[in-house]
Amino acid sequence: MSVTLAPKVDAGTRVPAAPRKHRYLVWAVVAAVLIVALTYALPPFRNYQLATVGAYLCVTAGLTVLTGLNGQLSLGHGALMATGAYTVAMVQEKLAGRGQWTLLVAVLAGIAVATVAGGIVGLAAARLRGPYLAGLTLAVAVVVPAIASTFDKTFNSDQGLSVYVDPPPLALGATFPYERWQAWLAWAGALLTVFLLATLVRGRFGRALRAVRDDEAAARIAGVNVARTQVLAFVVSAACAGLGGALFAVLAQSVSPGAFPISLSLFLVMAIVIGGLGSLAGAVWGAVLLVALPALTHSLTELIDVSPAVAQRLEGNLPLALFGITLIVVMLAAPGGIASLRLRRRKA
Amino acid sequence: MDRFVFLTFDGLSRGAVYAAFALALVLIWRATRIVNFAQGAMAVATAYVGYSVSAATGSYWLGFAVAVLGGLLLGAVTERVVMRLVDHSSHLNGVVVALGLVLVIQGVLGMIYGNEFRPAEAPFSREAFTVGGIALLSRFDLFVFGAVFLVVALLVVLFTRTSVGLRMRASAFAPDVSRLLGVNVGGMLTLGWALAAAVGSLAGMLVLPTELGLHPNAMDIVFVSSFTAAVVGGLDSAVGAVAGGLIVGLLLSYVSGYLGATVAPIAVLLLLVVVLLGRPGGLFSRSAARAV
Repeated sequence: MSVTLAPKVDAGTRVPAAPRKHRYLVWAVVAAVLIVALTYALPPFRNYQLATVGAYLCVTAGLTVLTGLNGQLSLGHGALMATGAYTVAMVQEKLAGRGQWTLLVAVLAGIAVATVAGGIVGLAAARLRGPYLAGLTLAVAVVVPAIASTFDKTFNSDQGLSVYVDPPPLALGATFPYERWQAWLAWAGALLTVFLLATLVRGRFGRALRAVRDDEAAARIAGVNVARTQVLAFVVSAACAGLGGALFAVLAQSVSPGAFPISLSLFLVMAIVIGGLGSLAGAVWGAVLLVALPALTHSLTELIDVSPAVAQRLEGNLPLALFGITLIVVMLAAPGGIASLRLRRRKA
Repeated sequence: MDRFVFLTFDGLSRGAVYAAFALALVLIWRATRIVNFAQGAMAVATAYVGYSVSAATGSYWLGFAVAVLGGLLLGAVTERVVMRLVDHSSHLNGVVVALGLVLVIQGVLGMIYGNEFRPAEAPFSREAFTVGGIALLSRFDLFVFGAVFLVVALLVVLFTRTSVGLRMRASAFAPDVSRLLGVNVGGMLTLGWALAAAVGSLAGMLVLPTELGLHPNAMDIVFVSSFTAAVVGGLDSAVGAVAGGLIVGLLLSYVSGYLGATVAPIAVLLLLVVVLLGRPGGLFSRSAARAV
């Protein structure tokens, strides 16, 4: 058996952990200030889009850790988002009208439920590789509408549930725009997620993630618990997906199976692949792309003169086709895909 | 009891389609170690074309032939233009590219045909014959059995009795050696993809009339069920794919019949989990399976 003696981790250029942590904190604060400034400059609809980017960023950042850093492909993150979103809807309904704090409780509950769900999938995933894992997670994504219909007393089938969200706190002023409040909520979650993940993957856990991805046998010899690392990666990533889903529920003020189709899960994979696998900056680009590309095609279809029916078809489907083509081209042509990441490290 | 008999025949009929579809997955897996996640979308695309031809000419069978031949062509093009260029050093790459294909195909279909369900007529009556008051099979079910049996028989003959089949097996088993011996390995791969896609298209034409109709996403659940069938039988085993298809078909039929149609996808997920965790090599694996 040909195994190398040490897991291939990029340990050579390490600087002490503490200054890094501070650096991430500085970055997070700077980003927060910029976002707040941006929300004052943007009109309401743009703020809503900005909020959507924030919610997507939670998910793509988590998926980057799982797929990019740990090499596990999940096609079921849309379903994990759905668990977070439905939990928020149900908790908010129970606690409606008791104040702003209920939202925090609901979102935390959403994260908790998604984490448990992710833990279950992750336990199975740790024993599976490649297409088997992809197939299993795809099956998870497919059952979302089936579960919503089977337990329709709880989830209200295809109609879904509405989500109660309080108006912005009065302390911010009576005329504080709702969309700005949404953007603040979403980006608070997103920045916290990215900060925590960045800190996490720079440390021991991150090295274990990469070691397992690059060479399981070598990682095992170096003392990394492979199965535990894989399950943990899934759990962390599921928690992020749960937060993202919870934020989506808050933004849309409703949840339904139609909001979490299979194509959502595929979009998420596409976003992190195109953004650049394995880097959290790539997750940011991916999240931006997920909002910007449909918006661009929308403007495009408004420019060309076609009947409303055709325009509607184009609007719904052109982004799909463009996403797909971009994904294929990036995978075939551009380095930075999954394999080139691994190969480059192997050759180095 | 009547209901049980009816559900059994219904399940076998569904299972035959899943078997054909799973067989198409196994064909490509054995040749290239890629699970073609785009197979459902490819089958829907050819079915749309087939039904368009039927609508334009008034002949179901012309549309049927166009769909299957279209599958042959689409499979060959997919292999030549896309899959051949995939870097196989990571098993994730093939999956991700196939998912890209799914998005492209579903997007293009949606743009051309819209996202409403369109009727997919069956060529034969779906009214079941009754024997002694028990509903058994419809003409369409018989057609499904006949078509799937014919396909399986043709594939068996192709792979065991012809020189092309031998070359295809050789290219899959030992590409480098085959190349040295003068086998056109690339051509065999293209042929394999073409055949698999044609079988997938045929399965699509057989399953769509029994579902809600034509829709860009119509084959999503069929794909997951067939993937489960292929895993149940072992991704490497053609016989296993057929057996797995029948098992999944029966399971789905009983679950939909006794517990409700919405429970069926959940049952498929549970079966997949149980098999993957219990016997990842499939129920029919003999040799030690490669690490999954």
